[in-house]
Amino acid sequence: MTYTAPTRDLLFSTVHLADLEGVAALPGNADATADLVEAILREAAKIGEEILAPINRSGDINGVKLVDGQVQTAAGWKEAYATFIEGGWNGLPFSPDRGGQGLPWLVATAIQEIWHASNMAFSLCTLLTQGAIKAIELHGSDQQKDTFMNNMISGIWSGTMNLTEADAGSDLAAVKTRAIADGDHYLISGQKIFITYGDHDLTENIIHLVLARLPDAPAGVKGISLFIVPKFLPDENGKWTVRNDIETISLEHKLGIHGSPTATLAYGSGKYRSDKNQKKTGAIGYLVGQENHGMSYMFTMMNVARLAVGIEGNGVADRAYQQSVRFANERVQGTAIENPKGARVTIVNHPDIKRMLMLQKCRIEALRSLGLVLGASFDKSLKHPDQEVRTFNQAMVEILTPIAKGYMTEMGLENVSIALQVHGGMGFIEQTGVAQHYRDQRITPIYEGTNGIQALDLVGRKLLRDQGDMARAVIEHIGKEMETVHHTTLSSMRAQVTEGLNAVEQSMNTILKMASGDTAGVDMKQAAAIADPYLRLWGTVMCGWQLAKAASVAMDFIDLDDGGDPFYRAKIETAKFYFAYEMPKVAYHQAVIKQSANCIANLDTAIFETLQ
Amino acid sequence: MKILVPVKRVIDANIRVRVKPDQTGVETANVKMAMNPFCEIAVEQALRLKEAGHAEEVIIVSAGPEKCQETIRTGLAMGADRGVHINTETTLEPLAIAKMIKAVAEKESADLVILGKQAIDDDNNQTGQMLAAIMQRPLGSYISKIEKNHDGFAITREIDAGLEKLQITSPAVVTTDLRLNEPRYASLPNIMKAKKKPIDIVTPEQLGVDISNRIEVLQVTEPPTRDAGVMVSSAAELVDKLKNEAKVI
Repeated sequence: MTYTAPTRDLLFSTVHLADLEGVAALPGNADATADLVEAILREAAKIGEEILAPINRSGDINGVKLVDGQVQTAAGWKEAYATFIEGGWNGLPFSPDRGGQGLPWLVATAIQEIWHASNMAFSLCTLLTQGAIKAIELHGSDQQKDTFMNNMISGIWSGTMNLTEADAGSDLAAVKTRAIADGDHYLISGQKIFITYGDHDLTENIIHLVLARLPDAPAGVKGISLFIVPKFLPDENGKWTVRNDIETISLEHKLGIHGSPTATLAYGSGKYRSDKNQKKTGAIGYLVGQENHGMSYMFTMMNVARLAVGIEGNGVADRAYQQSVRFANERVQGTAIENPKGARVTIVNHPDIKRMLMLQKCRIEALRSLGLVLGASFDKSLKHPDQEVRTFNQAMVEILTPIAKGYMTEMGLENVSIALQVHGGMGFIEQTGVAQHYRDQRITPIYEGTNGIQALDLVGRKLLRDQGDMARAVIEHIGKEMETVHHTTLSSMRAQVTEGLNAVEQSMNTILKMASGDTAGVDMKQAAAIADPYLRLWGTVMCGWQLAKAASVAMDFIDLDDGGDPFYRAKIETAKFYFAYEMPKVAYHQAVIKQSANCIANLDTAIFETLQ
Repeated sequence: MKILVPVKRVIDANIRVRVKPDQTGVETANVKMAMNPFCEIAVEQALRLKEAGHAEEVIIVSAGPEKCQETIRTGLAMGADRGVHINTETTLEPLAIAKMIKAVAEKESADLVILGKQAIDDDNNQTGQMLAAIMQRPLGSYISKIEKNHDGFAITREIDAGLEKLQITSPAVVTTDLRLNEPRYASLPNIMKAKKKPIDIVTPEQLGVDISNRIEVLQVTEPPTRDAGVMVSSAAELVDKLKNEAKVI
């Protein structure tokens, strides 16, 4: 169950498809040259392959345990975490002023795939810490930044996100956890569920970011505030040793990511009532930013977190793909179809196995570069000196984020299923290991906003709100990019992407028209009904865009050196397969968008009342 | 003390090596390259001696085409201070390499040269020995332990009969065996710093070394493939086959 980090493809996509040069030209990014990125990728590959991948299985089998109120991770995890943070990897994208390395998001995105693919359950800890750091960096006070950020960036402390409650999942307006002002802090009480790395033994302290409601807060999302609630509080000497009133009640038994603790946390249960807090109930927390603005703070880091989950979804799929390739090259079954009396052959020779391997390969590579393009757009939207370029890249971020999260995880899910299928019955038993990837990957279409929510985001916030302005800017950009695909042998790919872009635009207009009807509520229902195929249509076209571009770059290289490098030849074969096998889905999605809205939107739920 | 660590760029240990179609050598174009694993151990040991306060500077040297600078940077990312790149496109033989390292070691007044005992590409196991001979310095080959003391170095060598403990004087040349240490991972901050560390570029001519080849490679071929084994039904059959087919007993 080895893992080989796709360093060459990550470097190729970062440099040639995601415009590393443009990102390195942004202020403060001068270090991020191709040779440095290559050196970083190669060392990250070693950590992923030699440290994180080997404990992935033990995490799955042994899981995590809650012993006397303390969560214990699987054997070998503490040591791996220590190696990870000693190497300074936790601070990769953060400010050098606070001990980070200040590398662009594009580079962070490339490296993240290696962490998630080599050990998804492990890397969730660092992923959550990253989100928490971002929240404090963007919205915390200077004092909060000074108190928490350095230790979180180094990885000595980890971070969590406490959003979900029993009755508040996708619908966070229903959050009930209470916060009461008490001097220079607040007292938090209530129960949070599904808290990833809510407790563990990898770090000295855990900094929880908790959504809670003040007593006089307005109802709904506008009455939610964000608090920093550390597991340990400082004693008189400033040492973080005093246990805050947060109790780990239980851990979930899950389908996958067994190595990652998913905790139920009780705030203010009284079990760890500190000296400071003897007479009052509640865990001590510190308000981030202003009261009642918690949800908007959460949203500012949601784009980064959603891309990260997309990368997980595609990264784990790549790991499963690698395993299916190794299996197909080793497993001998049957004879070659054209030579039934010949010797038995490895299954990689069978046409249907080739089909399954190529289907995984083309999607994985396309989605990998799409994620990197989004990473580069983050950088440009934040740092580009030209306001117009920033605005355009913000549009890219807005459109690409739900597509990256939704399509990378959705295709990843199909891919891990295909990887398992390649194994035949051997895939269904646990020993071969591919089943773990299938189980682990399954959460990615669910968390960080289900894919249904991503599709609604793409239709609602990203299309209806500005009547398609951002979407049209992105369509125009892709059209321009396709002009660089100049080789005549690739002209049919160019034509197919152009057709795809037309299909996107027509579907946009269909949805805009639907939602602008007189009976707005009814028509919104129709738009929501076809949000999913609309996201898939975008995803299909964008993957075509990336692979056509990749083929074009590969042809340029082949023209330079007689085509000796199999990597570039494979790029062209991969694109050809995608355009033959996946791109025709454009017409399918477009037809679904045209035809199906009514049979969903106006469907009477009575049809689900009786099961017979 | 100054330590010089010569390193070699080789095909990555995880890559399956292929012979070129014209049988003049192995395919290295478009193949993943890395620092020779024995050289990594040499770099690690130099860094440990420095961290223990025995050395002030660790210098990495490598000879070959421009891409060798990547391999030097790998050593700098592990923590070495600076590099020397001997730039040449010519295929190098161990004696030529030894002569060039001698020139660099003398120029740098290196007190200790630590080399990998051999490179995993051609497995020559010659450069360290040749270097010690032409520099007329004590040699500790295949070491699994080294300690600095006031007389020089206490070393443990891995030899066929077991372990041999010796004391050698400084300056010296040593070559590393696998058990000497486990090389560290380069940290991200050090990878970034490595980019700014200096690498001096010199040519064999500037070092005054004649690198013309003295060995002619006639042909490089794949090792013969092994045939599938057969199951024998009895010990008697095995003896018979060994006697009459294999003719080894």
